[in-house]
Amino acid sequence: MRIRTVEISVGVFMLAGILALLVLALQVSGLSFDNNRKSYSLYAKFDNIGSLATRSKVTIAGVTVGRVTEISLDNDEHMGLIKMEIDTDVSNLTTDTAASILTNGLLGEKYIGLSTGADEEYLVDGDVIEDTQSALVLEELIGQFLFSEVNAEE
Amino acid sequence: MISFFRRLGQTGLSILEVFGRSGLILVQSLIVWPSIRGGVPLLIQQLYSIGVLSLVIVVVSGLFIGMVLGLQGYTILVAYGSESAIGQMVALTLVRELGPVVTGLLFAGRAGSALAAEIGLMKATEQLSGMEMIGVDPLHRIVAPRLLAGFISLPLLAMIFSAVGVWGGYLVGVDWLGVYEGSYWGNMQDAVSFSDDVVNGIIKSVVFGFVVSWIAVFQGYDCMPTSEGIGQATTKTVVYSSLAVLGVDFILTAVMFGSF
Amino acid sequence: MNLAASDNYIEIRNLRFSRGDRVIYDDINLDIPRGKVTAIMGPSGTGKTTLLKLIGGQLCPDRGAIIVDGENIPELSRSELFNARSKMGMLFQSGALFTDLTVFDNVAFPLRVHTKLSEVMIRDLVLMKLHAVGLRGARGLMPNELSGGMARRVALARAIALDPKIVMYDEPFTGQDPIAMGVLVQLIRLINDALGLTSIVVSHDVQEAASIADYIYIVANARVIGQGAPQELMRSQSPMVQQFMQGMPDGPVPFHFPVQNYQDDLLGDLS
Repeated sequence: MRIRTVEISVGVFMLAGILALLVLALQVSGLSFDNNRKSYSLYAKFDNIGSLATRSKVTIAGVTVGRVTEISLDNDEHMGLIKMEIDTDVSNLTTDTAASILTNGLLGEKYIGLSTGADEEYLVDGDVIEDTQSALVLEELIGQFLFSEVNAEE
Repeated sequence: MISFFRRLGQTGLSILEVFGRSGLILVQSLIVWPSIRGGVPLLIQQLYSIGVLSLVIVVVSGLFIGMVLGLQGYTILVAYGSESAIGQMVALTLVRELGPVVTGLLFAGRAGSALAAEIGLMKATEQLSGMEMIGVDPLHRIVAPRLLAGFISLPLLAMIFSAVGVWGGYLVGVDWLGVYEGSYWGNMQDAVSFSDDVVNGIIKSVVFGFVVSWIAVFQGYDCMPTSEGIGQATTKTVVYSSLAVLGVDFILTAVMFGSF
Repeated sequence: MNLAASDNYIEIRNLRFSRGDRVIYDDINLDIPRGKVTAIMGPSGTGKTTLLKLIGGQLCPDRGAIIVDGENIPELSRSELFNARSKMGMLFQSGALFTDLTVFDNVAFPLRVHTKLSEVMIRDLVLMKLHAVGLRGARGLMPNELSGGMARRVALARAIALDPKIVMYDEPFTGQDPIAMGVLVQLIRLINDALGLTSIVVSHDVQEAASIADYIYIVANARVIGQGAPQELMRSQSPMVQQFMQGMPDGPVPFHFPVQNYQDDLLGDLS
């Protein structure tokens, strides 16, 4: 009888551990089972990506449609080259779609917001988004502000 | 002057000796393990006394730490208007650091000391000797199941700690302080990556389990077979394994999260 | 070496064993005759338990041969040693019962390790051994529920579980009350004769050991300082043997720990 209690409690223990793992996986880190969802890649070049990082989200109208997967430097033009994975469900991004780097809240992380245009053709896997708006960098903002102030005075 | 160097050399050599002996014990225990008779029942018994009996302290600590994190985090974040980030703060802190480390320290104190004392007592009462005389290698029958139970238990306990802690943060943040439930989980899920954060936390806890169990088992096996010796072995286990956990944590954190 | 038909179950030749700087045995020779009870006595701390561990293969000598039933223990391989140990039973000073097993499981332990007998057979054997030591009714108790004397008897049952050819007793008489002592003394002699065993008793209790031993070795200062049948030793002329057998406080083993002259110490400087 004693041995049975031991075995049962060890079984419960291991079950609890696995359950905790599942909780951590699904609830805490949002691992989803449709990770096998198909996606296609798009590229975008920015003058300044700010603090954008891999795994930052890509949104349209605030809805997450993809993730940033790679950040590299385009050595010819010295611009930041972002590679994004977009859900294949979202396949009607026009070729004049704009990508801007936006901030989530006051302290928040950077993410990419896409807004579609009016072209008739759509972006496909491997296309590059031309119209980009870099991240707002505080020093440049201040610089612009001061510059415009000085100009106004003249 | 010369005697200082002599003593330094002697200390160095004896430390090396200790590492050597402990390494031998580790290798000898694990190397032929699957062949012992009735190996699984022994392992289950040890999983019970090491893992299951540590559940209470782990769950209670996890809950309280999660709640404190929620409380403290809220106080700090509300000043920036970012209290909705409480979810990811609690979750990341727990999953990456506090889960493995605090569980490791608790484990060292509760299970590690018990292991060392138990094995030390068996040594002092000549049970290990007796077993050898009957022809059973105590490293296989006594030490190996305990080592393996430690390797398995600590990661499980650490995950339970983190999960309970996140729930504790939820209780404080959402139920008590009024953070919107959706943003608690939503922001958390955005910020916590399974492969980078959760898995790294698990890797840490596996390493800690290895370190703490090894130290505990060695201290018990190697102690002086007197009551003083057992006491010293227990103390050393707690001190050394706690320090080891913290030290290894720094190294692992630097490797896993330090490269930007 | 042709020792198959020897009268001696164990022959120790030119044994040298040291621990660190301390020489425990310096070139000693011992014969343990088959079928008899041999006592190994000597002052505390001379390493009598070490000798048993050397015979059992737990320790390795620096030099010399320990030939047990025709095999040289230090030269055996692991599996050969495993088999050799199944022929030896050892009773430790404190019993050394496994605290996490019941009395029954303790006695069954060697059987389960060395044999592939069915549980039914093992049960019968265990009960027989426990009956031999008078503790068949205690089979379900845990070691911490036994008195010291009972624990030792259970340990004895475990030591004879595999029907060994030799049983070694490490200080069996130490700290026992008269009844338990009497029981143990009887058991050792009975078991030895009834089962045709060879027994080695390590002890420093001269009276009890002399009462059951057929042959005695006195070991001190890393050497054998006396040997013979109990009566012979009682009549021995050697002062060391005399001091030991009579239990005299002073003699070749001095009363005073080496120190300077008493008068000088009292009247001299504080040191």
